[in-house]
Amino acid sequence: MIGSDLVMYEEEFRRIDEELKKLHQQANSKVVFLVDKNGQLIASAGDTYNIDTTSLASLTAGNIAATGGIARLLGEKEFTVLFHEGEKDNIHISLIGQRIILVVIFDSRSSLGLVRLRVKKASESLTKIFDEMTHKADKEKKEGKLEEFPFAEISDEDIDNLFR
Amino acid sequence: MSFINYSSREINCKIVYYGPGLCGKTTNLQYIYKRTNPEHKGKLISLATETERTLFFDFLPLALGDIKGFKIRFHLYTVPGQVFYAASRKLILKGVDGLVFVADSQIERMEANMESLDDLKINLAEQGYDLEKLSFTIQYNKRDLPNVVPLEDINKLLNHRNIQWFEGVAVTGTGVFETLKNVAKQVLFELKKHY
Repeated sequence: MIGSDLVMYEEEFRRIDEELKKLHQQANSKVVFLVDKNGQLIASAGDTYNIDTTSLASLTAGNIAATGGIARLLGEKEFTVLFHEGEKDNIHISLIGQRIILVVIFDSRSSLGLVRLRVKKASESLTKIFDEMTHKADKEKKEGKLEEFPFAEISDEDIDNLFR
Repeated sequence: MSFINYSSREINCKIVYYGPGLCGKTTNLQYIYKRTNPEHKGKLISLATETERTLFFDFLPLALGDIKGFKIRFHLYTVPGQVFYAASRKLILKGVDGLVFVADSQIERMEANMESLDDLKINLAEQGYDLEKLSFTIQYNKRDLPNVVPLEDINKLLNHRNIQWFEGVAVTGTGVFETLKNVAKQVLFELKKHY
């Protein structure tokens, strides 16, 4: 995957968003979100209003990275599921298709069993969407058809403006 | 590896500050955090020990503005500089788009600088990257101290690619934004080249 950027269009976003909303509801969870392995938030569902999702995304990715490091030291390829139990809230983190991290935050209104079950189902659908997404981006890039890439005409001045 | 989101019209890029222990990576981020408008920045997260040495990473999300209708977000990370955190350091490099090497200009830290630069090359290679091809900037930090190596000599020692470098005094902010801007520019132009 090295060197290939993650490109997400409206259509895929909608499908991912739908999948997350479904999971959020069926798992009886508080918040569900997807992060890419580099710590960038992809999408979320549920009550994210009081949560700093950017920080959460980066720390989750750090968590998965550290756990992956431990796995390799032990001769495992990866630990695909992490679970942290708190006094009120719990967090279930799982790796989807080696590249995307699915995070579910839930409290006593749900249970670990239910979350695991629903996550498993959602993972299958999400894996499919992301496979298609990567495939599509690669294909379009090869054919030079990538949707109006905004940077085709970026100038020094544009960047200077960012730092004003 | 950038994340281009057409749905929310955002482009996310990852920039990593690398360098030997106590060279001023975290100080760079702290200064950027201090001098950026609240609406353009997220929380500065530091996973540090009780003595404020970086344990895993510092993280600062910046959203400085728009280019062509796309919001540009930079995620700034530092690595833990101390030698024995090698395993964690490697992990932070995953998916990096741009690198800043912060060098400590003091004479007694030259060996540490070179060691850290070698460590960087090895860690990048392990992930399939080549420092020669990445967006990369060097900052010679701590230029205000009395025992610093002359710029010409430190440059000869650390800057084999002859890339643009900056003098820095991160505690007072000298060179901090110049360095960030330079690496950001390289990252964005690299994106342009790719598409």
